[in-house]
Amino acid sequence: MKSLADLQKLREQAKKRLDLREGEAEYRVVVGMATCGIAAGARPVLNALVEEAANKNYNCVVTQTGCIGMCTLEPIVEVFDKNGSKTTYVLMTPEKAVEMLESHIKNGVVLEKYTVGTEKA
Amino acid sequence: MERINVLICAGTGCTSSNSPAIEAEFERWIAQFGLEKEVKIVKTGCFGLCQKGPIVAIHPDRVFYCQVKPEDVHEIVSEHLYKGRRVERLEMHDIDEETKDKIFNIDKIRFYAKQQRIALRNCGVINPEDIMEYIARDGYMALGKVLTEMTPQQVVDEIMASGLRGRGGGGFPTGRKWQFALNEKNDEKYVICNADEGDPGAFMDRSILEGDPHAVLEAMAIAGYAIGSHHGYIYIRAEYPIAVDRLKIAIRQAEENGLLGKNILGTGFDFTLEIRLGAGAFVCGEETALIASIEGKRGMPTPKPPFPAVKGVWGKPTIINNVETFANVAQIINQGAAWFKSIGTEKSSGTKVFALGGKVVNTGLVEVPMGTTLREVIYEIGGGCPNNKRFKAVQTGGPSGGCLTEADLDSPIDFDTLIAKGSMMGSGGMIVMDEDNCMVDIARFYMDFIVDESCGKCTPCRVGTKRLLELLTDICEGRGTLETIDELERLSYSIKDTALCGLGQTAPNPVLSTLRFFKDEYIAHVVDKKCPAKVCKALLEYTIDPDTCRKCSLCAKGCPVGAITGVPGKEPYKIDTEKCIKCGACMNACHFNAISLG
Repeated sequence: MKSLADLQKLREQAKKRLDLREGEAEYRVVVGMATCGIAAGARPVLNALVEEAANKNYNCVVTQTGCIGMCTLEPIVEVFDKNGSKTTYVLMTPEKAVEMLESHIKNGVVLEKYTVGTEKA
Repeated sequence: MERINVLICAGTGCTSSNSPAIEAEFERWIAQFGLEKEVKIVKTGCFGLCQKGPIVAIHPDRVFYCQVKPEDVHEIVSEHLYKGRRVERLEMHDIDEETKDKIFNIDKIRFYAKQQRIALRNCGVINPEDIMEYIARDGYMALGKVLTEMTPQQVVDEIMASGLRGRGGGGFPTGRKWQFALNEKNDEKYVICNADEGDPGAFMDRSILEGDPHAVLEAMAIAGYAIGSHHGYIYIRAEYPIAVDRLKIAIRQAEENGLLGKNILGTGFDFTLEIRLGAGAFVCGEETALIASIEGKRGMPTPKPPFPAVKGVWGKPTIINNVETFANVAQIINQGAAWFKSIGTEKSSGTKVFALGGKVVNTGLVEVPMGTTLREVIYEIGGGCPNNKRFKAVQTGGPSGGCLTEADLDSPIDFDTLIAKGSMMGSGGMIVMDEDNCMVDIARFYMDFIVDESCGKCTPCRVGTKRLLELLTDICEGRGTLETIDELERLSYSIKDTALCGLGQTAPNPVLSTLRFFKDEYIAHVVDKKCPAKVCKALLEYTIDPDTCRKCSLCAKGCPVGAITGVPGKEPYKIDTEKCIKCGACMNACHFNAISLG
């Protein structure tokens, strides 16, 4: 490194690597990954969420949980905001997941058409 | 794409309880489940709660698994990493006292809730062998700031204003030490990091070097700039192999990235670092002995003045600071002296790391603001004495320190309060003792350590401590009289007044402080010939209660010296105290608790 500016640039790049450990993000995106979820295709959904969130620098952490209880509606993705209030998206696909991230996480608008109240199994 | 970080503690504690095997198992199972791209394994420094090690943390879920065994790893990978179900039986938790529910939130667990981590901020968070992770946590920004925006005098002023005091024992203001060295006119000056941690039970310096070595390197370069030095030494004991390895890696990475060496960050400032290994002599933690050892001489202290800031290593102006002191420096520069000053107490700012050990539920490393009370540290963070035993005393400051008792539990911990109470901060070892500890025996333990570690240069320490040990042994073995206690006290004061260096001057402290608070125990040993805590074997007798004895003969069969007689089924057994060697075999053999010790 030749200057302080180089160091600062390096720091910005390096910061990404520790994102997962820093905890506090605006939203927590949780994918149901029990047997039912995995069988219904939760893994591609999870991977799509992780990749999209990282690429677009969305202010959220993507994690997973066990069976959410509505196995017929899997894959299920829950979005928690900082106050703990929850939005449940059901019958997700990788494409829907990406669409949801843009609307909900980036723009702060709940994407009603995929939520549990709207979708029917 | 990575979505999970698995942090495995690779500190000395967890390494010795098999964390490398755990890492290997994680690698194996993560590969089996095809999660290599999603999960990253990171080896970190100490998480602090060594009692519950090995510790594995899963992020971003903020789950801490404790006492993980290699055979548990399959379950963690298949359940948690693959299916997202936490493995509750391994999760670190507290019990809510009212609802009896388990609390899993790591920020609410009492061991962590009261802590404030400055010196340990990166320990257990970053991989100490990867400079990029340190840089991500604002690493080397403080060095960049001082090199580009501050004059050496401004740096010294900032450290002075922060109120930072030496964390190695004495509590001397760090800024003032730096000012002395800055004032000296000399082309050649040195910065030394004292990593010769030697107090029995203290391991905070080792943990910082293992968990966050760059924090120390960065601070040393800052100190070098502040006093006008271009070369530094890290004096570390060879018994800390993991810390030495990580330091070597850290120095190499810093050099490769232009953060140590010539023309740092293009500012024209040069600073190089060298590791010097010590052979583990306690006296080499004393700064003049340490300097002698770096110069290749026998590690023996020399009289002060001249102080090292005037005439140190190779006869040049030198500053010596402790590891933990250095670990605070970059934070002070980054966040400002006022921020640091706002933490802790008026005369002792900032935090202090303590190595909590002995008779306490949560042994480990804790960092709390100065002014926290002993009660908070021992009971709230440490969880109190195990098995509901009664707290008796806490030893602070290692062999140079002293004991504090129940009466002091609510006094705030800072440099001056501890000295006023007859102990000292020392490097931060805190050994808790309960009713089963004999205070005379404790004093003897420390004196035994001092006799081993005295360098032999001055007579008061070389001969005096040996005599103290003999007197203490006499008391423990039943040969003491009231005169022995007086002799002990008189000799202690003369050693204190006449020894050459800090080691000798403070060597009688464990004797004096136990005499001050527990004289009744000493008297019980010499007058009643009894050890109230039932530790000193020579003063104990095994007896068989004839009413409880079932005349089964097991004790007699177990006795290696034939001291027990009786008739099986007819006559209760008896111990001949003249023949008895007090080995305890009979007590172990008896199924009916008929044998007691007193």
